[in-house]
Amino acid sequence: MMRELRYDAVVVGAGPAGSVTAWELAKRGVKVLVLEKRQEIGAPKRCAEGINAIGLRQIDLKPDRRWIAQEVSGCVLYSPSGKKLVIRPELGLKGYILERKVFEKYLAAEAIKAGARYLVKTTVIDVIKDGAGAVTGVKADSMGEELTVRAKLVIAADGVDSMTAKRAGLDTVNKLGDYHSGFQYEMAGVKADESMLHLFFGRKVAPKGYAWIFPKGNTMANVGIGILGTESADGSRAKELLDRFIADNPSFFSGASPIEANGGGIPVSAAPKAFVGDGIMAVGDAAQQVNPIHGGGISLAMGAAKIAASVAADAIAAGDTSRGRLKEYESRWYEADGNRMRRLFKLRSFVEKLDDGELEKLAGILDGEDILELMSSTNMGLLKALARKAPTLLPLAKKFLE
Amino acid sequence: MKVDRSRCLYCGGCVGICPANALELKEIHLAVDEGKCTGCGLCVKFCPVGAIRRDG
Repeated sequence: MMRELRYDAVVVGAGPAGSVTAWELAKRGVKVLVLEKRQEIGAPKRCAEGINAIGLRQIDLKPDRRWIAQEVSGCVLYSPSGKKLVIRPELGLKGYILERKVFEKYLAAEAIKAGARYLVKTTVIDVIKDGAGAVTGVKADSMGEELTVRAKLVIAADGVDSMTAKRAGLDTVNKLGDYHSGFQYEMAGVKADESMLHLFFGRKVAPKGYAWIFPKGNTMANVGIGILGTESADGSRAKELLDRFIADNPSFFSGASPIEANGGGIPVSAAPKAFVGDGIMAVGDAAQQVNPIHGGGISLAMGAAKIAASVAADAIAAGDTSRGRLKEYESRWYEADGNRMRRLFKLRSFVEKLDDGELEKLAGILDGEDILELMSSTNMGLLKALARKAPTLLPLAKKFLE
Repeated sequence: MKVDRSRCLYCGGCVGICPANALELKEIHLAVDEGKCTGCGLCVKFCPVGAIRRDG
Protein backbone atom coordinates (compact mmCIF):
# COMPACT_ATOMS: atom_id res chain seq x y z
CA MET A 1 0.00 0.00 0.00
CA MET A 2 1.25 3.45 -0.82
CA ARG A 3 0.83 6.43 1.45
CA GLU A 4 1.35 10.07 0.46
CA LEU A 5 1.97 12.92 2.89
CA ARG A 6 2.41 16.65 2.40
CA TYR A 7 4.61 18.82 4.61
CA ASP A 8 6.34 22.19 4.32
CA ALA A 9 9.66 20.56 5.11
CA VAL A 10 10.97 17.03 5.53
CA VAL A 11 14.11 16.37 7.58
CA VAL A 12 16.04 13.15 6.93
CA GLY A 13 17.79 11.97 10.10
CA ALA A 14 16.91 12.48 13.77
CA GLY A 15 20.35 13.22 15.23
CA PRO A 16 21.19 16.57 16.83
CA ALA A 17 21.33 18.31 13.42
CA GLY A 18 17.95 16.98 12.28
CA SER A 19 16.07 17.41 15.52
CA VAL A 20 17.32 20.93 16.19
CA THR A 21 16.40 21.89 12.61
CA ALA A 22 12.93 20.40 13.11
CA TRP A 23 12.54 22.04 16.51
CA GLU A 24 13.49 25.48 15.18
CA LEU A 25 11.24 25.06 12.12
CA ALA A 26 8.29 23.96 14.26
CA LYS A 27 8.79 26.94 16.57
CA ARG A 28 8.37 29.14 13.49
CA GLY A 29 5.11 27.42 12.55
CA VAL A 30 6.56 25.32 9.73
CA LYS A 31 4.86 21.95 9.21
CA VAL A 32 7.80 19.54 9.45
CA LEU A 33 8.25 15.75 9.35
CA VAL A 34 11.43 13.97 10.50
CA LEU A 35 12.33 10.55 9.08
CA GLU A 36 14.71 8.33 11.09
CA LYS A 37 15.94 5.10 9.52
CA ARG A 38 16.82 3.41 12.79
CA GLN A 39 14.29 1.78 15.06
CA GLU A 40 15.64 3.84 17.94
CA ILE A 41 16.76 7.47 17.87
CA GLY A 42 20.24 8.00 19.31
CA ALA A 43 21.69 4.49 19.21
CA PRO A 44 24.25 3.27 18.46
CA LYS A 45 26.32 6.41 18.92
CA ARG A 46 29.14 7.28 16.51
CA CYS A 47 30.66 9.83 18.80
CA ALA A 48 32.64 10.46 21.99
CA GLU A 49 29.69 12.50 23.37
CA GLY A 50 31.65 15.58 24.42
CA ILE A 51 30.20 19.08 24.07
CA ASN A 52 31.30 22.41 25.48
CA ALA A 53 28.96 24.54 27.57
CA ILE A 54 28.64 27.10 24.76
CA GLY A 55 27.35 24.39 22.44
CA LEU A 56 24.26 23.93 24.60
CA ARG A 57 23.78 27.61 25.32
CA GLN A 58 23.58 28.51 21.61
CA ILE A 59 20.31 26.58 21.32
CA ASP A 60 19.06 27.78 24.73
CA LEU A 61 19.33 24.31 26.24
CA LYS A 62 19.89 24.06 29.99
CA PRO A 63 22.05 21.12 31.09
CA ASP A 64 19.69 18.39 32.27
CA ARG A 65 20.64 15.47 34.56
CA ARG A 66 18.74 13.08 32.31
CA TRP A 67 21.30 13.37 29.52
CA ILE A 68 24.50 14.64 31.13
CA ALA A 69 26.72 11.76 32.19
CA GLN A 70 29.62 13.86 33.45
CA GLU A 71 30.71 17.45 33.75
CA VAL A 72 34.32 18.23 32.82
CA SER A 73 36.28 21.38 33.57
CA GLY A 74 39.60 20.89 31.86
CA CYS A 75 41.75 18.78 29.62
CA VAL A 76 45.01 16.84 29.87
CA LEU A 77 47.05 16.46 26.67
CA TYR A 78 49.69 13.69 26.68
CA SER A 79 52.75 14.02 24.43
CA PRO A 80 54.26 10.93 22.73
CA SER A 81 56.65 10.48 25.69
CA GLY A 82 53.82 10.95 28.20
CA LYS A 83 54.55 14.55 29.12
CA LYS A 84 51.34 16.18 30.38
CA LEU A 85 50.06 19.55 29.23
CA VAL A 86 47.14 20.55 31.43
CA ILE A 87 44.36 22.97 30.56
CA ARG A 88 43.39 23.75 34.14
CA PRO A 89 39.82 24.46 35.28
CA GLU A 90 40.78 28.08 36.06
CA LEU A 91 41.00 28.71 32.33
CA GLY A 92 37.23 28.35 32.12
CA LEU A 93 36.97 25.40 29.73
CA LYS A 94 33.68 23.81 30.75
CA GLY A 95 31.97 20.95 29.04
CA TYR A 96 29.82 17.88 29.35
CA ILE A 97 29.91 14.27 28.32
CA LEU A 98 26.41 13.49 27.12
CA GLU A 99 24.39 10.31 27.23
CA ARG A 100 23.53 10.71 23.57
CA LYS A 101 20.76 8.21 23.26
CA VAL A 102 18.89 10.10 25.97
CA PHE A 103 19.94 13.51 24.64
CA GLU A 104 18.74 12.81 21.09
CA LYS A 105 15.37 11.56 22.25
CA TYR A 106 15.10 14.67 24.42
CA LEU A 107 15.76 16.92 21.40
CA ALA A 108 13.15 14.98 19.42
CA ALA A 109 10.67 15.46 22.28
CA GLU A 110 11.29 19.22 22.25
CA ALA A 111 10.69 19.28 18.48
CA ILE A 112 7.52 17.23 18.81
CA LYS A 113 6.19 19.47 21.61
CA ALA A 114 6.76 22.43 19.29
CA GLY A 115 4.71 20.71 16.57
CA ALA A 116 7.13 18.55 14.54
CA ARG A 117 6.19 14.99 13.61
CA TYR A 118 8.49 11.94 13.42
CA LEU A 119 8.58 8.51 11.83
CA VAL A 120 11.13 5.88 12.92
CA LYS A 121 12.42 2.79 11.12
CA THR A 122 11.72 4.78 7.96
CA THR A 123 14.45 4.74 5.31
CA VAL A 124 14.55 7.24 2.47
CA ILE A 125 14.93 5.39 -0.81
CA ASP A 126 15.19 8.37 -3.14
CA VAL A 127 14.56 12.08 -3.51
CA ILE A 128 11.80 13.34 -5.79
CA LYS A 129 12.74 16.07 -8.27
CA ASP A 130 10.62 18.21 -10.57
CA GLY A 131 11.33 18.67 -14.28
CA ALA A 132 13.91 21.36 -13.58
CA GLY A 133 15.83 19.20 -11.09
CA ALA A 134 14.61 20.91 -7.90
CA VAL A 135 13.99 18.59 -4.96
CA THR A 136 10.29 18.38 -4.07
CA GLY A 137 10.15 15.48 -1.63
CA VAL A 138 11.34 11.98 -0.81
CA LYS A 139 10.28 8.39 -1.29
CA ALA A 140 10.72 6.19 1.76
CA ASP A 141 10.19 2.72 3.15
CA SER A 142 8.36 3.06 6.45
CA MET A 143 8.38 -0.36 8.12
CA GLY A 144 7.59 -2.07 4.87
CA GLU A 145 5.08 0.51 3.71
CA GLU A 146 5.88 2.65 0.69
CA LEU A 147 5.70 6.32 1.57
CA THR A 148 5.87 9.49 -0.52
CA VAL A 149 6.46 12.78 1.28
CA ARG A 150 6.00 15.93 -0.78
CA ALA A 151 7.63 19.03 0.66
CA LYS A 152 8.81 22.49 -0.35
CA LEU A 153 12.19 21.72 1.16
CA VAL A 154 14.20 18.61 2.06
CA ILE A 155 16.85 18.84 4.77
CA ALA A 156 19.57 16.18 4.67
CA ALA A 157 20.67 15.57 8.26
CA ASP A 158 21.52 11.93 7.67
CA GLY A 159 25.09 11.89 8.87
CA VAL A 160 28.37 10.87 7.25
CA ASP A 161 26.51 8.13 5.39
CA SER A 162 24.06 10.66 3.94
CA MET A 163 22.53 9.44 0.72
CA THR A 164 20.00 12.26 0.59
CA ALA A 165 22.46 15.06 -0.13
CA LYS A 166 24.18 12.98 -2.82
CA ARG A 167 20.89 11.93 -4.42
CA ALA A 168 19.93 15.59 -4.55
CA GLY A 169 23.13 16.28 -6.47
CA LEU A 170 25.37 17.81 -3.78
CA ASP A 171 28.99 16.68 -3.75
CA THR A 172 29.40 15.65 -0.11
CA VAL A 173 31.72 12.67 -0.62
CA ASN A 174 34.60 12.74 1.85
CA LYS A 175 38.25 12.45 0.77
CA LEU A 176 40.57 9.96 2.48
CA GLY A 177 42.94 12.78 3.48
CA ASP A 178 40.14 14.81 5.11
CA TYR A 179 38.33 12.01 6.89
CA HIS A 180 39.19 10.25 10.14
CA SER A 181 38.67 6.57 10.76
CA GLY A 182 37.29 6.22 14.28
CA PHE A 183 36.83 3.40 16.73
CA GLN A 184 35.75 3.50 20.36
CA TYR A 185 34.79 1.39 23.30
CA GLU A 186 32.60 2.63 26.05
CA MET A 187 34.31 1.00 29.03
CA ALA A 188 33.72 0.51 32.73
CA GLY A 189 36.46 0.17 35.31
CA VAL A 190 38.59 2.99 33.86
CA LYS A 191 40.88 4.77 36.31
CA ALA A 192 41.17 8.42 35.22
CA ASP A 193 40.50 11.87 36.66
CA GLU A 194 36.84 12.14 35.75
CA SER A 195 36.76 15.93 35.84
CA MET A 196 39.08 16.12 32.83
CA LEU A 197 39.20 15.06 29.20
CA HIS A 198 42.33 13.05 28.36
CA LEU A 199 43.89 13.30 24.88
CA PHE A 200 46.91 11.27 23.69
CA PHE A 201 49.13 12.23 20.77
CA GLY A 202 51.91 10.57 18.79
CA ARG A 203 52.63 8.61 15.62
CA LYS A 204 52.58 5.26 17.40
CA VAL A 205 49.45 5.99 19.43
CA ALA A 206 47.33 7.60 16.70
CA PRO A 207 48.97 8.60 13.40
CA LYS A 208 47.64 12.01 12.28
CA GLY A 209 44.97 11.90 14.95
CA TYR A 210 44.65 11.25 18.67
CA ALA A 211 43.30 8.84 21.24
CA TRP A 212 40.90 9.95 23.97
CA ILE A 213 39.35 9.13 27.30
CA PHE A 214 36.07 10.99 27.85
CA PRO A 215 34.83 10.12 31.37
CA LYS A 216 31.16 9.36 31.94
CA GLY A 217 31.26 8.91 35.72
CA ASN A 218 31.22 5.78 37.92
CA THR A 219 34.47 4.55 36.20
CA MET A 220 32.76 4.56 32.81
CA ALA A 221 34.32 6.36 29.86
CA ASN A 222 34.35 6.61 26.09
CA VAL A 223 37.82 5.38 25.13
CA GLY A 224 38.48 5.95 21.46
CA ILE A 225 40.78 6.81 18.64
CA GLY A 226 40.63 8.72 15.38
CA ILE A 227 43.31 8.45 12.70
CA LEU A 228 43.48 10.07 9.29
CA GLY A 229 42.03 7.78 6.61
CA THR A 230 45.33 7.75 4.71
CA GLU A 231 47.01 6.09 7.73
CA SER A 232 44.49 3.25 8.02
CA ALA A 233 45.80 -0.14 6.83
CA ASP A 234 45.87 -3.77 7.90
CA GLY A 235 47.80 -3.95 11.18
CA SER A 236 47.20 -0.27 11.97
CA ARG A 237 43.46 0.16 11.72
CA ALA A 238 41.66 2.27 14.30
CA LYS A 239 40.51 -0.81 16.24
CA GLU A 240 43.96 -2.40 16.28
CA LEU A 241 45.59 0.85 17.40
CA LEU A 242 43.02 1.33 20.17
CA ASP A 243 43.45 -2.25 21.42
CA ARG A 244 47.22 -1.61 21.54
CA PHE A 245 46.74 1.74 23.32
CA ILE A 246 44.59 0.08 25.98
CA ALA A 247 47.10 -2.76 26.47
CA ASP A 248 49.99 -0.25 26.72
CA ASN A 249 48.30 1.85 29.42
CA PRO A 250 47.49 -0.41 32.38
CA SER A 251 47.47 2.58 34.74
CA PHE A 252 44.16 3.59 33.14
CA PHE A 253 42.80 0.26 31.92
CA SER A 254 44.09 -2.66 34.04
CA GLY A 255 40.66 -3.16 35.61
CA ALA A 256 38.54 -2.06 32.66
CA SER A 257 36.26 -3.85 30.20
CA PRO A 258 34.17 -2.68 27.25
CA ILE A 259 30.40 -2.28 27.56
CA GLU A 260 29.84 -0.99 24.01
CA ALA A 261 31.76 -0.75 20.69
CA ASN A 262 31.38 2.12 18.20
CA GLY A 263 32.85 2.96 14.83
CA GLY A 264 32.61 5.97 12.59
CA GLY A 265 33.89 8.25 9.90
CA ILE A 266 34.73 11.79 11.02
CA PRO A 267 34.81 14.55 8.36
CA VAL A 268 37.67 16.98 9.05
CA SER A 269 37.48 19.00 5.82
CA ALA A 270 35.78 22.09 7.34
CA ALA A 271 32.75 21.63 5.02
CA PRO A 272 32.35 20.93 1.28
CA LYS A 273 32.12 23.68 -1.34
CA ALA A 274 28.32 23.76 -1.42
CA PHE A 275 25.72 22.31 0.90
CA VAL A 276 22.52 23.78 -0.56
CA GLY A 277 20.73 23.22 -3.86
CA ASP A 278 17.25 23.80 -5.26
CA GLY A 279 14.88 22.50 -2.57
CA ILE A 280 17.70 20.90 -0.52
CA MET A 281 19.92 21.81 2.41
CA ALA A 282 22.49 19.62 4.20
CA VAL A 283 23.20 20.02 7.93
CA GLY A 284 25.69 18.51 10.39
CA ASP A 285 27.93 15.55 9.47
CA ALA A 286 26.12 15.31 6.10
CA ALA A 287 27.54 18.78 5.37
CA GLN A 288 30.91 17.93 6.98
CA GLN A 289 30.28 20.58 9.64
CA VAL A 290 32.80 19.17 12.08
CA ASN A 291 35.66 20.86 13.91
CA PRO A 292 38.73 19.76 11.90
CA ILE A 293 41.14 20.02 14.81
CA HIS A 294 39.32 17.83 17.36
CA GLY A 295 36.60 16.14 15.28
CA GLY A 296 33.74 17.34 17.50
CA GLY A 297 30.50 17.83 15.62
CA ILE A 298 27.48 18.09 17.94
CA SER A 299 27.86 21.75 18.76
CA LEU A 300 28.55 22.81 15.16
CA ALA A 301 25.68 20.67 13.88
CA MET A 302 23.21 22.31 16.26
CA GLY A 303 24.49 25.80 15.47
CA ALA A 304 24.19 25.12 11.75
CA ALA A 305 20.71 23.65 12.27
CA LYS A 306 19.57 26.86 13.91
CA ILE A 307 20.81 28.95 10.99
CA ALA A 308 19.42 26.49 8.42
CA ALA A 309 15.98 26.54 10.05
CA SER A 310 15.87 30.32 10.17
CA VAL A 311 16.73 30.60 6.46
CA ALA A 312 14.41 27.70 5.58
CA ALA A 313 11.40 29.12 7.42
CA ASP A 314 11.75 32.48 5.63
CA ALA A 315 12.28 30.76 2.27
CA ILE A 316 9.19 28.59 2.72
CA ALA A 317 7.10 31.61 3.79
CA ALA A 318 8.30 33.51 0.72
CA GLY A 319 7.51 30.55 -1.57
CA ASP A 320 11.09 30.47 -2.83
CA THR A 321 13.27 27.49 -1.86
CA SER A 322 15.68 27.89 -4.76
CA ARG A 323 19.41 27.43 -4.36
CA GLY A 324 19.94 31.17 -4.70
CA ARG A 325 17.64 31.87 -1.77
CA LEU A 326 19.02 29.03 0.40
CA LYS A 327 22.61 30.16 -0.12
CA GLU A 328 22.00 32.63 2.69
CA TYR A 329 22.40 29.61 5.01
CA GLU A 330 25.89 28.96 3.62
CA SER A 331 27.05 32.56 4.00
CA ARG A 332 25.59 32.89 7.50
CA TRP A 333 27.19 29.61 8.54
CA TYR A 334 30.61 30.68 7.29
CA GLU A 335 30.27 33.92 9.20
CA ALA A 336 29.18 32.18 12.41
CA ASP A 337 31.48 29.12 12.37
CA GLY A 338 32.76 28.12 8.95
CA ASN A 339 35.50 30.70 8.59
CA ARG A 340 36.87 29.69 11.99
CA MET A 341 36.74 26.05 10.86
CA ARG A 342 38.72 26.98 7.73
CA ARG A 343 41.47 28.43 9.95
CA LEU A 344 41.43 25.35 12.20
CA PHE A 345 41.70 23.24 9.04
CA LYS A 346 45.03 24.95 8.35
CA LEU A 347 46.14 24.31 11.92
CA ARG A 348 45.23 20.64 11.43
CA SER A 349 47.41 20.51 8.31
CA PHE A 350 50.32 21.90 10.34
CA VAL A 351 49.91 19.50 13.26
CA GLU A 352 49.66 16.52 10.88
CA LYS A 353 53.08 17.34 9.44
CA LEU A 354 54.81 17.11 12.82
CA ASP A 355 56.82 14.05 13.79
CA ASP A 356 56.94 12.86 17.40
CA GLY A 357 60.08 14.86 18.17
CA GLU A 358 58.42 18.04 16.99
CA LEU A 359 55.22 17.24 18.90
CA GLU A 360 57.40 16.75 21.97
CA LYS A 361 59.01 20.13 21.37
CA LEU A 362 55.58 21.77 21.08
CA ALA A 363 54.44 20.13 24.33
CA GLY A 364 57.50 21.65 25.94
CA ILE A 365 56.84 25.21 24.84
CA LEU A 366 53.05 25.58 24.83
CA ASP A 367 50.93 25.96 27.93
CA GLY A 368 47.21 25.51 28.53
CA GLU A 369 46.45 29.09 27.57
CA ASP A 370 48.29 28.72 24.26
CA ILE A 371 46.21 25.66 23.46
CA LEU A 372 42.94 27.48 24.19
CA GLU A 373 44.08 30.36 22.04
CA LEU A 374 44.82 27.92 19.23
CA MET A 375 41.37 26.38 19.54
CA SER A 376 39.79 29.79 19.15
CA SER A 377 41.74 29.81 15.87
CA THR A 378 43.85 32.89 16.48
CA ASN A 379 46.96 31.23 15.13
CA MET A 380 49.13 34.29 15.76
CA GLY A 381 49.84 33.10 19.31
CA LEU A 382 51.36 29.89 17.99
CA LEU A 383 53.58 31.74 15.52
CA LYS A 384 54.84 34.05 18.26
CA ALA A 385 55.51 31.18 20.66
CA LEU A 386 57.35 29.25 17.95
CA ALA A 387 59.40 32.24 16.90
CA ARG A 388 60.54 32.63 20.49
CA LYS A 389 61.05 29.04 21.60
CA ALA A 390 61.22 26.73 18.55
CA PRO A 391 62.26 28.78 15.52
CA THR A 392 63.02 25.60 13.52
CA LEU A 393 59.27 24.89 13.35
CA LEU A 394 58.38 28.40 12.25
CA PRO A 395 58.77 27.98 8.46
CA LEU A 396 56.55 24.90 8.50
CA ALA A 397 53.94 26.62 10.64
CA LYS A 398 53.95 29.72 8.42
CA LYS A 399 53.51 27.58 5.35
CA PHE A 400 50.29 26.07 6.65
CA LEU A 401 48.84 28.84 8.77
CA GLU A 402 49.17 31.89 6.58
CA MET B 1 33.35 -6.10 -2.20
CA LYS B 2 32.38 -8.44 0.60
CA VAL B 3 31.16 -7.26 3.99
CA ASP B 4 32.10 -9.38 6.99
CA ARG B 5 28.90 -9.06 8.98
CA SER B 6 30.50 -10.31 12.20
CA ARG B 7 33.05 -7.47 12.11
CA CYS B 8 30.91 -4.62 10.69
CA LEU B 9 29.71 -2.07 13.25
CA TYR B 10 27.21 -0.54 10.80
CA CYS B 11 28.74 2.88 11.46
CA GLY B 12 28.42 4.05 7.85
CA GLY B 13 31.96 5.46 7.76
CA CYS B 14 32.69 3.70 4.45
CA VAL B 15 29.51 5.11 2.90
CA GLY B 16 30.79 8.64 3.47
CA ILE B 17 33.94 8.00 1.45
CA CYS B 18 32.61 5.92 -1.46
CA PRO B 19 33.15 8.02 -4.62
CA ALA B 20 30.76 5.84 -6.63
CA ASN B 21 27.80 5.89 -4.21
CA ALA B 22 27.94 2.11 -4.28
CA LEU B 23 27.54 1.65 -0.52
CA GLU B 24 24.46 2.29 1.56
CA LEU B 25 23.88 1.77 5.27
CA LYS B 26 20.42 0.32 5.66
CA GLU B 27 19.30 0.13 9.26
CA ILE B 28 21.65 -2.67 10.31
CA HIS B 29 22.83 -3.83 6.95
CA LEU B 30 25.56 -2.49 4.70
CA ALA B 31 24.47 -2.86 1.09
CA VAL B 32 27.01 -2.98 -1.75
CA ASP B 33 25.78 -2.13 -5.24
CA GLU B 34 28.16 -4.21 -7.36
CA GLY B 35 26.86 -2.48 -10.47
CA LYS B 36 28.15 0.88 -9.22
CA CYS B 37 31.30 -0.30 -7.38
CA THR B 38 34.46 0.55 -9.30
CA GLY B 39 36.71 -1.55 -7.05
CA CYS B 40 38.76 1.48 -5.96
CA GLY B 41 39.26 -0.04 -2.49
CA LEU B 42 38.92 3.20 -0.47
CA CYS B 43 36.33 1.54 1.79
CA VAL B 44 38.64 -1.47 2.34
CA LYS B 45 41.45 0.86 3.43
CA PHE B 46 39.29 3.12 5.55
CA CYS B 47 37.15 0.67 7.56
CA PRO B 48 38.07 1.09 11.27
CA VAL B 49 37.62 -2.64 11.92
CA GLY B 50 38.61 -4.22 8.57
CA ALA B 51 35.12 -5.50 7.77
CA ILE B 52 35.28 -4.96 4.00
CA ARG B 53 37.32 -7.23 1.74
CA ARG B 54 37.71 -7.63 -1.97
CA ASP B 55 35.93 -10.64 -3.42
CA GLY B 56 38.05 -13.74 -3.98
